[in-house]
Amino acid sequence: MSDGEGPSMADGRAPDVRIRGVTLRHGDRILFEDLSVTLPAGEITCLLGLSGIGKSSLLRLVAGLGPALERGAIEAGDGRPLKGRIAYMDQRDLLLPWLDVLDNVTLGARLRGDPANRGSARNLLRDVGLSGREGDPPAVLSGGMRQRAALARTLMEDRPIVLMDEPFSALDALTRLRLQDLAGRLLAGRTVLLVTHDPIEAVRLGHRIHVMAGLPARIAAAMTLSGDPPRDPTREESTARYRELMAYLGRSGPAPARECAE
Amino acid sequence: MTGPLLPHLRRALVTLCGLGLLWQVVVWTTQAPPYILPGPLLVLRTVGERADFLATHAWVTAAEIVLGLLLGTLLGVLSAILIHQSRPARRWLFPILVISQAIPVFAIAPVLVLWLGYGMASKVAMATLIIYFPVTASFLDGLRRTETGWLDLAVTMTDGDPRRAWAILWHIRVPAALPALASGLRVAAAVAPIGAVVGEWVGASEGLGYVMLHANGRMRIDLMFAALLVLALFAVALYFIVDRLLRLALPWQADSAPADDATPPTRTHP
Repeated sequence: MSDGEGPSMADGRAPDVRIRGVTLRHGDRILFEDLSVTLPAGEITCLLGLSGIGKSSLLRLVAGLGPALERGAIEAGDGRPLKGRIAYMDQRDLLLPWLDVLDNVTLGARLRGDPANRGSARNLLRDVGLSGREGDPPAVLSGGMRQRAALARTLMEDRPIVLMDEPFSALDALTRLRLQDLAGRLLAGRTVLLVTHDPIEAVRLGHRIHVMAGLPARIAAAMTLSGDPPRDPTREESTARYRELMAYLGRSGPAPARECAE
Repeated sequence: MTGPLLPHLRRALVTLCGLGLLWQVVVWTTQAPPYILPGPLLVLRTVGERADFLATHAWVTAAEIVLGLLLGTLLGVLSAILIHQSRPARRWLFPILVISQAIPVFAIAPVLVLWLGYGMASKVAMATLIIYFPVTASFLDGLRRTETGWLDLAVTMTDGDPRRAWAILWHIRVPAALPALASGLRVAAAVAPIGAVVGEWVGASEGLGYVMLHANGRMRIDLMFAALLVLALFAVALYFIVDRLLRLALPWQADSAPADDATPPTRTHP
């Protein structure tokens, strides 16, 4: 169980997630068409782009929350179904205000009719720095604490694939940095898709960064970063990558995809 | 109501005294005879003199109102859940819900008395009927307006398994709809006395509505006003009791404290 790095994944090694030729329309507007990208196993893949470009829509398709796919496929690299192997974390903490923190963290088990492992939940809350706050209602927690509780709830699901939709964007800068450190450590070994519009966050947390731009949106080839997250943002490689990303984002529009760096 | 009760009571007392004074001034200035408009002092004296008599009848009316409130709430909650969860129930129950509101309760009161008799049952049915719509409509509205983010989270946690729909209803939709239900219950607490009293007017041998009608017929307007005063006090007390219980039951509700005595939640830095 938890030893400071979150619970182990019950069903073994995290798989690749392969998104192949998917198309999404909102009415007459084509958000993206024939879009393909692979999320490598056990790595954090950041999807970076401007607001409204379709990043969250793509994440929701992977999560099974979008409309049925009209074209293409989203599948796990190991050939097993994705169903039952995905945890989801939203920009909003989505804590239920009528439950205390511990009951929020164990919500998934209750919804599935499984016995809630409150011991594991307590360990996870300790890992995210919320020991002693288990009985508190969400209303008395700060924004950072609430998002840490949401991270604990996501990890409590113990799924090998984690989808995060701008999970720290509503927080102040210092709290965001602390939570990025925490997430970088606790998500190790999982296949993560992190949607963000913050290049610093992408450089700190991503093994790979894809930029999404244009209408219909295209995904550029991955920028890969060395070492494991959380990465020191003042490190030379980090600052160089950040500059590259900013330059690319400044240029990117409806232009065809190009490789940022390898 | 999370603040101290005393200031609220003090304000209510000041308002009541002001209204009473205005009433007495109208009686003095118009020189209205007591069988047309008795003054508040005469009404209060009648309440004191006929306290036992009024209490006996008030107890009957109170029982009718509370039973109607409980039954109407139960039926309203069950109907809202059924309408929300089941398409056939939506088709069959929704028209009944609208009809229950479209037909004036005063129009069917005689029929209810004819069917259910002069006893308590017809009055309970009236109170039930009058609160059925506000309770059902408000709870149904709450069930339909669940925060979509919570539902998305639940879908990923249950892998979209339709067999877990009732678990999502029980753990997320129903608690999220409780503030809306609470609004319906506040309306219900305010209107339930109307149903019971209308039932008593149409045909009864006991209850405050019966006392009012009987006293009016015998030109005992002071007694009629005394019964009305007791009924008003009971209705106001019922509303505030229901309101307070709802606030205690839903401390997480965003507007659970009135604006003038709300205390912000403790904020702790991360």
